[in-house]
Amino acid sequence: MSKIHVTANVNGDAVEFLASPGMTLLDALRDELSLTGTKEGCGSGDCGACSVIVDGRLVCSCLMLAAEAEGRRVQTIEGLAQGGRLHPLQEKFLEHAALQCGFCTPGLLMAAKALLEANPDPTETEARYWLAGNLCRCTGYDKILRAVLDAAAELRQARSAA
Amino acid sequence: MSETLQRPAGKAAFEVVGTRPVRPDGADKVTGRAAYGADFDMPGQLVGKILRSPHAHARIVAIDASKAKALPGVKAVVTAADFPNLASEIVEGGESASNTRDLSLNVMARDKALYQGHAVAAVAATSVAAAQAALDAIKVTYEVLPHVTDVLEAMAEGAPLLHDDLYTEGLESRPTAPSNVSRRPVSQRGDLEAGFALAEVIVEGSYRTAAVHQGYIEPHACVAAWSENGRCEVWSSSQGQFMVRTYCAKLLGIEASDIRVVPAEIGGGFGGKTTVYLEPVALALSRASGRPVKMVMSRDEVFRATGPNPAAVIEVKLGALKDGTIVAADVKLKFQAGGFPGSPVGAAVMTALACYDIPNFLITGWDVVTNTPKTAAYRAPGAPIAALGVESAVDELALKLGLDPIAIREKNAVRDGTKASYGPVFSNIAYLDTLAAIRDSEHYKAPLGPNQGRGVAVGFWFNIGGESSAAVHLADDGSVVVMSGNPDIGGSRASMAMMAAEVLGVSVERVRPMVADTTSIGFSMLTGGSRTTFATGMAVTQAAQKVVDDLRARAALLWEVPVEMVEWRAGAAHCLDPAKADKAPMSIASLAATAGRTGGPISAQVSLNAQGAGPGFAVHLCDLEIDPETGESTIVRYTAAQDVGKAIHPSYVEGQVQGGVAQGVGWALNEEYVFDAQGQMENPGFLDYRMPVASDLPMIDAILIETAPNPNHPFGAKGVGEVPIVPPLAAVANAMRRAAGVRMTDLPLSPPKVLAALDAARS
Repeated sequence: MSKIHVTANVNGDAVEFLASPGMTLLDALRDELSLTGTKEGCGSGDCGACSVIVDGRLVCSCLMLAAEAEGRRVQTIEGLAQGGRLHPLQEKFLEHAALQCGFCTPGLLMAAKALLEANPDPTETEARYWLAGNLCRCTGYDKILRAVLDAAAELRQARSAA
Repeated sequence: MSETLQRPAGKAAFEVVGTRPVRPDGADKVTGRAAYGADFDMPGQLVGKILRSPHAHARIVAIDASKAKALPGVKAVVTAADFPNLASEIVEGGESASNTRDLSLNVMARDKALYQGHAVAAVAATSVAAAQAALDAIKVTYEVLPHVTDVLEAMAEGAPLLHDDLYTEGLESRPTAPSNVSRRPVSQRGDLEAGFALAEVIVEGSYRTAAVHQGYIEPHACVAAWSENGRCEVWSSSQGQFMVRTYCAKLLGIEASDIRVVPAEIGGGFGGKTTVYLEPVALALSRASGRPVKMVMSRDEVFRATGPNPAAVIEVKLGALKDGTIVAADVKLKFQAGGFPGSPVGAAVMTALACYDIPNFLITGWDVVTNTPKTAAYRAPGAPIAALGVESAVDELALKLGLDPIAIREKNAVRDGTKASYGPVFSNIAYLDTLAAIRDSEHYKAPLGPNQGRGVAVGFWFNIGGESSAAVHLADDGSVVVMSGNPDIGGSRASMAMMAAEVLGVSVERVRPMVADTTSIGFSMLTGGSRTTFATGMAVTQAAQKVVDDLRARAALLWEVPVEMVEWRAGAAHCLDPAKADKAPMSIASLAATAGRTGGPISAQVSLNAQGAGPGFAVHLCDLEIDPETGESTIVRYTAAQDVGKAIHPSYVEGQVQGGVAQGVGWALNEEYVFDAQGQMENPGFLDYRMPVASDLPMIDAILIETAPNPNHPFGAKGVGEVPIVPPLAAVANAMRRAAGVRMTDLPLSPPKVLAALDAARS
């Protein structure tokens, strides 16, 4: 089975790799590009631990073929902090103790980033439904919701101040 | 929001303990840098995969791997023949003992496959595809046997027997025939018949729970490398690197010191990672192939072959006086152990009535083997199941007598001086304060909406101490490294750093806490039993105190005063000698910098066996709303109060409470193993095994009760991680009872069951 040559942009960097036809984007990120921050919890799109943003859209990278990343812009957890500074969502997750084991955290942060890009002022209920595709078994979601809503408020304030 | 009841006035305030600093491992976890079990690779590693039994119960007649071994890229195939055939032997684990023979046979089936998903062979190959092809090429000849998955059917006369040599322990006389009941623990007090004769009102109920999985999001994963000199390395995600070492040494017949286990970050465990599944197999494959071997389970494998918590049948009969005083209790607990003995029914027997002071009781447990995955510990193992029965029955009693659900529990509550149902006399418990916190909460007084019900339930867990090691090292700039032997699942590194910082008088940011591998620190029991902050925290505190003592001695040397003339305060030595009042305080940094001239490096290690863990009590309050048209229910409000002794890092204590509640709600409403007629699990994925998601839950209010600090811990901590999952099953079921007007006893209380119960009540 011949491999497919894929070129894409991952976290701002041009990357290329060879993908077997059945390889998922998740496996390409983890095994070909050594970006292991994106996690596999189920491999069936049910847990959200592998969430990444592709051309602005939140996807489960375990459900997307690596070959489909050709020419696309992929954002992963490794690209969330910029210039040595944590993203406000990352800051708020730490401040609110919104993680315990931390395994679901990269996926939740990417899902929350996509949420705030789509809806900068979500209600708690809107945020809960948006994040319903991301399983967390440790926290009961309470502190995650507080962190996301607090980060949303901070980002809105920063935007209006700018 | 959460609130904290303050400890009694007059106690010294802490500088660090009780504050909420950012966790030391936080930055790595929000950036994807933290390395979990599957995030590690070794040069030249192979892919390991396991062949699993398609049958729930079958004799393994023959395994022919010749074709698989001949395939390109296949480097090794192992079966039970590659592991020593162990005799029955009990080895102490974290909070439960394991029989190494059963553990070995669970890791790799020898003569019989005892559940669908049971490992029968394993391969190592150069790629996933080659490994999969090898699994497909292994020919296993099975003789399929009749199987049994239901606990009551497994106990019945004539049930298919899993083990020909299993004779029930705990009976008056040794049984003459083997059965599926491995043991029958009993706990009793007083005179049961006389107690019930005294009763003015009696309630009886039978309750069921399905098997549920711990549901950690990180599948089991490891890398193992066997060296030509017989020494080996294991990188794995588990609740205890020393547990992995002990079990691998036993199962492979090698010396423990020949195995170095490096703990990866662990992506959740909840008890399910207190044992081994992959590590011994990866080691055997590495030994056979001469290459490192990496193994990662699929979610399907996690469901079929690890965990779960047992399904159970609970029968409860309570007798009480009209004022609510419970005078007699008869509790029967029938637990599904899975393919091998070892359900947590013993702990369930001990905890069932631990919140109550009842003069006459009999609690009987049955540990029953079934053709289902071998059960593993799950957060307060056994206690939530027992609490489902007892708390539902107490709720029925309250309804029958027209009593307030908190009042009836207060009336029968254990308190300091009460002899616990399981033996010891309680002291320094805050159970009554915990009940009062719920009774006095705004939530308890809030009105309910239409189709809503409010449930109360309480729970108990022992918490344990045990063997722990820790070391504190000073760097030459006075910054601090804290090493311990316990994997950090929920934030324990933060607690370790905070306790060390408190003792040393430095800011928590100057302390770097690390989880050490098995060659870098003394033995430590695994992270389980809510023991780490208590027991390992005690070791860290004592090691930090030794460092302080050393620092004082160094200052005394430099000042030429007796050590008694040196006080350690705010991270510096202060000279108390009035004759040397001109001596400026010496900071930890300056003392560390001059350590070479005052005796050498400053570090201390402590290994101890911590005793006196304070038990945990939890009181939960749940508001639930039913959609009468669909049977769907929603948790609309939830408050959990807990006796925590002293919260070291309150945010992570609240997190334990909230997480336990969420797991308990899932257990109560949706989660279950569904087996078909062939004993195959029908829902081995997160789509059909439905754990709570963000939109299923409200905010969960945690009330931390700190009125009874644990006198056996330097800062008063009690274990906090397990008891939060004890009350929710019954709190939800009791809320459902009051919302629906009928008692539903068969968990999970999923919409079809609720709708059927509502329809039955309506017709």
